[in-house]
Amino acid sequence: MRKVYTHIDQIVGPVVTLKANNIAYGELARIRLGDGNETYAQVIKLRGDEVTLQVFAGSKGISTGDEVEFLGRQVQLKFSADDLLGRTFNGVGEPVDGRPALQDCEDVDIGGPSFNPARRIIPSQMIQTGIPMIDMFNTLVKSQKLPIFSVAGEPYNELLARIALQAEADVIVLGGMGLKYDDYLFFQRQLVPSKDRTILFVHTAADPVVECMMVPDMALAAAEKYATDGKDVLVLLTDMTAYADAMKEVAVAMEQIPANRGYPGDLYSQLAARYEKAVDIQGSGSITLLAVTTMPGDDVTHPVPDNTGYITEGQFYLKGGVIDPFGSLSRLKQLVNKKTREDHAPLMNAMIRLYDASRKVRQQQSMGFSISSFDQAVLAYGADFEARMMDLKVNLLLDEQLDMGWKILAEHFTPAQTMLPGKLIESYWPKGD
Amino acid sequence: MSSNQGKVLGVSGNMVTVAFDGNVKMNEVAFISLDSGDDQVQLKAEVIRIRGRECDMQVFEDTRGIHIGTEVHFTGELLAIELGPGLLSTTYDGLGNPLDELADNSGLFLKRGVYLPTLNRTKVWQWTPVARVGQRLRAGAALGTVPEALFEHRVMVPFGIVGAIEVLEMAVAGSYTVADTIAKVKLLQTGEVRELTMVMPWPVKRPIDAYEQRLLPERPLTTRIRIVDAFFPVAEGGTACVPGPFGSGKTVFQQGVSKYAEADVVIVAACGERAGEVVETLREFPELIDPRTGRSLIERTIIICNTSSMPVAAREASVYTAVTLAEYYRQMGLRALLLADSTSRWAQALREMSGRLEEIPGEEAFPAYLGSLIAAFYERAGLVRISDPNLGSTEGSVTTIGTVSPAGGNFEEPVTQSTLAVVGCFLGLTYARSYAKRFPAISPIDSWSNYIDRMSDSLEKQYFIGWVDTVKRLAAFYAAGQRIGDQMKVVGEEDLGLDDFVHFLGAEFLDAVFLQQNAFDPVDASPSAERTALSLQLTARLIEHEWNFSNKDQARETFTQLTSIFRDWNITAVQAPEYQQLLDRLEGSMKPVDSAA
Ligand SMILES: Nc1ncnc2c1ncn2[C@@H]1O[C@H](COP(=O)(O)OP(=O)(O)OP(=O)(O)O)[C@@H](O)[C@H]1O
Ligand SMILES: [Mg+2]
Repeated sequence: MRKVYTHIDQIVGPVVTLKANNIAYGELARIRLGDGNETYAQVIKLRGDEVTLQVFAGSKGISTGDEVEFLGRQVQLKFSADDLLGRTFNGVGEPVDGRPALQDCEDVDIGGPSFNPARRIIPSQMIQTGIPMIDMFNTLVKSQKLPIFSVAGEPYNELLARIALQAEADVIVLGGMGLKYDDYLFFQRQLVPSKDRTILFVHTAADPVVECMMVPDMALAAAEKYATDGKDVLVLLTDMTAYADAMKEVAVAMEQIPANRGYPGDLYSQLAARYEKAVDIQGSGSITLLAVTTMPGDDVTHPVPDNTGYITEGQFYLKGGVIDPFGSLSRLKQLVNKKTREDHAPLMNAMIRLYDASRKVRQQQSMGFSISSFDQAVLAYGADFEARMMDLKVNLLLDEQLDMGWKILAEHFTPAQTMLPGKLIESYWPKGD
Repeated sequence: MSSNQGKVLGVSGNMVTVAFDGNVKMNEVAFISLDSGDDQVQLKAEVIRIRGRECDMQVFEDTRGIHIGTEVHFTGELLAIELGPGLLSTTYDGLGNPLDELADNSGLFLKRGVYLPTLNRTKVWQWTPVARVGQRLRAGAALGTVPEALFEHRVMVPFGIVGAIEVLEMAVAGSYTVADTIAKVKLLQTGEVRELTMVMPWPVKRPIDAYEQRLLPERPLTTRIRIVDAFFPVAEGGTACVPGPFGSGKTVFQQGVSKYAEADVVIVAACGERAGEVVETLREFPELIDPRTGRSLIERTIIICNTSSMPVAAREASVYTAVTLAEYYRQMGLRALLLADSTSRWAQALREMSGRLEEIPGEEAFPAYLGSLIAAFYERAGLVRISDPNLGSTEGSVTTIGTVSPAGGNFEEPVTQSTLAVVGCFLGLTYARSYAKRFPAISPIDSWSNYIDRMSDSLEKQYFIGWVDTVKRLAAFYAAGQRIGDQMKVVGEEDLGLDDFVHFLGAEFLDAVFLQQNAFDPVDASPSAERTALSLQLTARLIEHEWNFSNKDQARETFTQLTSIFRDWNITAVQAPEYQQLLDRLEGSMKPVDSAA
């Protein structure tokens, strides 16, 4: 019953066109290349008997005489709750870890429908990561979607790997897009300790561009299966800018009119469709989503970070090797900060206020202004805050982070100088010993 | 009912090209029959362009699986929503499908091709007839009423009827569902006899115009956001836009207004934004009591929820669905408030379709007709007089406040600019203010309201005589204070004169105690009009007081003190004992003897 065609009319970028009949929109096709290799492709436009396909492996080496076979189904993920764990796949869902393909699995359509908003619940649980700039200052909340805005060269993949190892989650799905091969090897090595709960979908910079576009959908389709099965899933995507660039490339090949700096007009909708997969399902599991978004030229108004900021629930801003406490914001933190420890929110605010002051004093000092003895204390505090709180190597439980916070304050200030409420000072201010 | 059929000729994203035989109307609804193996579904679509024997349709669903040749059934009906009792307290998608019932029907995920009636067919309403048999009536006249939430919901002669009707029969008072016949009427122009129910379908893209006349908006619509009500007031029946970069507080602003604004019915249109934000409204409102009515807030609210991952074409329809609902309640003599967040997502939906239609693009690839669509949308706001032969004359209004999400936070982009050209009030949120946590981040300098002078009489009646003057004086004072602040950044504090320095402190004080408002504080979030009047007077007096400071430190110290007391007062409930104490301290600070508070 499968339909096979042997003539391709047009090849532009990763997009090919041919004449075929009775083809469904979105249908998957297999192209058999002259050299015996195979690649998959997906229908992205139909007009009369003219069918346009985006070729996952790109059109390199495709000849007008290659054989195109339509498979009568959509792009699917091969899912098996047990066998997926610990495995590595490419963007099309084929294993690339040298182990055999999955047996006995369920075929799951990717890019499935939206979660019904009326059945969503208000997020209420924090996810501990061990990183003070997250847990204490911008708490990550179960089912939250947050990007990590980062300039090229920042240790964003190291940060992701740490979160993957330490975060409280049943399943971790990592989607790599445009990964440098070194980073791919890095993830493979780093994630060994949590291998039995981790799944990788990886597209490297050397892989064909269309495969890159499949990675988030594959990762999220897997996550959705686990989440509806009661698992708390953490999805880590890196780098969403590479993903957006892949969309741009296909849009250009399709001669679409770009909206902004070459990106297609539906960039917002495409990104949102992925990010909105983050969900907390009442009485069942959840999907929490962290996604690296590199900012070309450190420009947050670049279309990719800009559209992302409009979609996500805050952002982590990775700058100078640390998570910047001012540019970063977890918009959901107030939903959980009340439930952690009574001193959490006030301590966080006091420490940030004083750190802000230390930055200002530093600036004044550099401009040659004279500084007071209180300013000296503020300066010393600032340096200490950076070393003991902001440094990404610091790894503490939330309680320890809060205790550390009090300790740092006590080393530099009198209780009154912190302007913290007397009740809290009484309970938490370290007693001199 | 036309039995017009067509066949799919092409598919590109959510656009389908269809060949047809009979006649097809612009904006007509059709269903695409999809049988892909196990699931047999009908996908709803709307005609958006007709060329010869082909038309282009936007599909309100995922289009995967559609083939060339797939059958299409045209309905002969325009894209419409059912109007009638039972809309309040409900959450719908952009097409008017009740989301709760959808979930009951098909589970946690939105299954494509499932459509449910907007109005509940089994709920029973207490019907009281208004019109009499033999009466001649026109579109919009009340046939009867049913109690819905806080008011009598008017069941009206369908707005689409041309010319007069004669009432032939009326249902007696009693219990009816929306599907029961409540009147039999004769259309005098055609002689056709029709049985009417409480359900009135209305094409969403067509404004409802069954009113006597449009009136000039001259009364404020109180939002309880101080900076808005005082400096940039919105008129009842007017329009406002709230542009701002991401994270600047658009949604928090809209949520505040949806809770506290002096409106009878609030339509919240969550258009292409986060589903999580709608959930806050959905879960909170049933618990929140509206102090003015003693009823739960959800009872005056309708949520149109077509969030960012829901189909884009339905997002385009959602703003029209929302404004149609607002107009419907306006026809009952009510104050309807439409809050759309974000209109940019609607504009982007238009851009996506325009791209698929391969139209010649305008700026940033938005369609050339973007401006006229935006203008037409805001034009559906307004204050109108409704004259009912049996119920008398009343006024009803639609007030529209839309957020705009400009790319890169830059207001020089087409959606912001087209919107600014048509609205009566501009509340511009700035990154600088939100970064400095000065919420609401509405710029006191760049924002404007065209309504303030036109409404001066009613404003002075609501607040106090001299209100408008005080506001204008303070606005000028603030602007001058900002200029001094800018100057200070260059020359440093030392080189600034004492008077200028005090002026600067005064402006910062105005900002801290009046312009800023904590949306998350139970008291500060919603001061009454009386309280706002008192705040403004007190702020003005404190700023304009002859302090006679001897030096800058003394001035700074005094204003720091005042700010701290005033902000404490802002978060203190009127009933609390500290309320008067704090007020006394502020008053006391202006008395020369015991100025050291
Ligand atoms: N009035 C306010 N008082 C206190 N905090 C506020 C206020 N307004 C906004 N915020 C803070 O700013 C954050 C972002 O606000 P909001 O979600 O309204 O932004 P937005 O402009 O709608 O952003 P987006 O365009 O991304 O939807 C909130 O989570 C809150 O922390
Ligand atoms: Mg928002």
